Amino acid sequence: METVELTIDGKKVTAPKGSTILEAARKNGIDIPALCYHEGISPYGACRLCMVEINEGGRDRLVASCIYEAKDGIEVRTSTERVNRVRRMAMELLLARCPRSEVIRQMAAKVGVERTRFPERPPEEDDNCILCGLCVRACREVVGVSAIGFAYRGSKREVATPFHESPELCIGCGTCAYVCPTGCITFEDKGNVRIIWGREFEMQKCKVCGRYFAPVAQLEYIRKKAGLPEDFFDVCPDCRP
Amino acid sequence: MKVRSIEELREELLKGRQEPERQIVVSGGTCGYARGAGEILSALREVVSSRGLGNQLMVKETGCHGFCEVEPFSVVRPWGYLYQRVRPEDAPEIVEATLEGRPIERLFFCDPVTKERIPKAEDIPFFRRQNRLLLGDNERISPEDIGDYVALGGYRALEKVLREMSPEEVIEEVKRSGLRGRGGGGFPTGRKWESCRRAEGEPKYVICNADEGDPGAYMDRSLLEGNPHSVLEGMIIGAYAIGAHEGFVYVRNEYPLAVKRISTAIEQAEAYGLLGDDILGSGFSFRVRVVRGGGAFVCGESTALMASIEGKAGEPRAKYIHTVESGIWGRPSNLNNVETWANVPLIINRGADWYRQIGTEGSKGTKIFSLVGKINNTGLIEVPMGITLREIVYEIGGGIPGGKRFKAVQTGGPSGGCIPEELLDLPVDFDELTKVGSMMGSGGMIVMDEETCMVDVARYFVTFLEDESCGKCVPCREGLMQMRRILERITRGEGREEDIPLLEEICEAMKDGSLCALGRTAPNPVLTTLKYFREEYEAHIREKRCPAGVCRELITYYIDEEACTGCGRCLKVCPAEAITGQKKEPHRIDPEKCIKCGSCKEVCQFDAVKVK
Repeated sequence: METVELTIDGKKVTAPKGSTILEAARKNGIDIPALCYHEGISPYGACRLCMVEINEGGRDRLVASCIYEAKDGIEVRTSTERVNRVRRMAMELLLARCPRSEVIRQMAAKVGVERTRFPERPPEEDDNCILCGLCVRACREVVGVSAIGFAYRGSKREVATPFHESPELCIGCGTCAYVCPTGCITFEDKGNVRIIWGREFEMQKCKVCGRYFAPVAQLEYIRKKAGLPEDFFDVCPDCRP
Repeated sequence: MKVRSIEELREELLKGRQEPERQIVVSGGTCGYARGAGEILSALREVVSSRGLGNQLMVKETGCHGFCEVEPFSVVRPWGYLYQRVRPEDAPEIVEATLEGRPIERLFFCDPVTKERIPKAEDIPFFRRQNRLLLGDNERISPEDIGDYVALGGYRALEKVLREMSPEEVIEEVKRSGLRGRGGGGFPTGRKWESCRRAEGEPKYVICNADEGDPGAYMDRSLLEGNPHSVLEGMIIGAYAIGAHEGFVYVRNEYPLAVKRISTAIEQAEAYGLLGDDILGSGFSFRVRVVRGGGAFVCGESTALMASIEGKAGEPRAKYIHTVESGIWGRPSNLNNVETWANVPLIINRGADWYRQIGTEGSKGTKIFSLVGKINNTGLIEVPMGITLREIVYEIGGGIPGGKRFKAVQTGGPSGGCIPEELLDLPVDFDELTKVGSMMGSGGMIVMDEETCMVDVARYFVTFLEDESCGKCVPCREGLMQMRRILERITRGEGREEDIPLLEEICEAMKDGSLCALGRTAPNPVLTTLKYFREEYEAHIREKRCPAGVCRELITYYIDEEACTGCGRCLKVCPAEAITGQKKEPHRIDPEKCIKCGSCKEVCQFDAVKVK
């Protein structure tokens, strides 16, 4: 495998060619904070917490390490004053947006922000969503259905189903809830029904243990995609021989 | 009919074409139409046809000439008389006078400074001080007639390139000319082309960015509406140099006339074989499609624009991998602005050496600015790079109306900066504007007078940008919202001492931390007003006072008893019934009832309504 060699915080590290600075750092035990990054999903560069200062060809600049490719010979500093200023401001802004989120409070404290100087969103408007887009990307790339997306722009931006209606394409898999870093997307399993994004999904009952183990729509989707026999999901994964 | 040479095209288009020497030209851009150019054209044509004067006199519609202040206007040839603010009723007199070769003095332009009447367009200071290399042809061309463009030497540059130059030579010529991107970034055009030519991957694309979104900027619209073939010719030449066979014109959907005229131009060019397969028998093929914009300001940002062409939401992505390497559908894509493309035929025809003589060391050629705001001669101006702001404002623009004092000029669109009076002698080019904290942007210039509150201006632009931010990255989305809130508080008189340093902190984080150029430049209006007009912020915060008399919560309207004649106009217009007074006796405003709408001040003919 072709590798590149770079310096991160004074330490010489190697990384597979094509990896990002963030990947190279984490692989070498160097922590860079990030909120919109997930190793299984394409990087997005939106939270700006992973900003690092690099020196490339004699020029210093700030880049988002989750999308900037690790290249031979570049010098990366993960915690300069310039970097920390951006991180602290981003966290202070997010703390005003989601003052009740434990994850955000912890992350803010980690970069040295204990309180925000901006007015906090009132509880009735606060949904804990930081618009990191992990749910939207996971739904599109990992699940492959694009049931949810972004609506509106600027400070009015939100994650939503098309036209705020019950999402037609959703298969009820709950991946969005699973990747959400602040836990603002939730679903409820009530016996034979799962409720997510305002839509009710019928659950499949295992023929062996009788447990409702997954939404029928999700299992159908997987079955068709993978070309599995019709009775494949009659039994839950735990009871499968 | 596909032609093999431009000479053949000229013969085809121009054979038997005889235009009468006497012409009445009407400026017919969107702005002209908004002011009544359509009615005037009909009236003039009606007079000419009903009297059977078609062979003696021609009524010609052209694109916008740029002199918005006196629209709708017409120019009478061969003399070049300019008639300002023409009405349809003037049509018979204009036709008769033109036939007799007699000027109509009452319609001459009246200089706002000297009050002198000036007969000819070329003698009006607004035009005289310009160098209209690009806009000049707007005065001579019927935008939907390819023959007019060809008659003026159009498509000669394309033929020269295809016959005599290798793609590398074209790139070298453009590099040597020093042309830099007119969309705002100012990146050297030739270098961009070269990177795209060298980039791996097929097919390659060229794009014309006509998603002009800055409030008050309309030079790209004017070029597309007035001389669409010049933009198209530039694109074909660029495509040849880069090795692209497909192109897009991404134009604002709010520009229907521009969409129509560029689409017509493309059809005509296709019909004669200037677009399509084997252009002019050279073996080179190129096609262009018009894509109408997605309706967002941010779609003017190159990566967002490309996402929009792909059919996705117009959101920018980081440009760590340049679009010349990976643009539309991950293919090498070369994007230039309308004005940049329009410069290309000029450079090829007249040579890089000629082009290099115009402008400054780092910025060559001319630049079109839209001069708007508190200025006498509102309009589009094309000036050589390096001209000073003072020349633009006072000589071309004719100064500030109503004898008011100049305060600042905002350049570069909403994320440009406000440049104060003490910097009026600044030579205008890419680098000088950046040095003072502003930018060239697309070339908007909004002039502000002493009655403009700079805190309010910053609030206005930040509000615009908050609305137009795509909302993807945290600093831009959340930072602009918090800045807007702080600025609103300050203009309401609720500012706090710590607001200024906090604004500066947000600005710094946005400049360093935002994902695209919109967020990185969005702090400029705040930073420049803080830099040059800090005392105004301080007056709002510390004294709860708006020195310019703009911020409603901080001002009081009153009537100067000495000046008031008791005419009663203000009393009639006041919607809050806050004004009392007997006829011919000084009136009074009840501050309790006054809603500070300013209507009384607007109607007072004696300057008796004051603000404190």
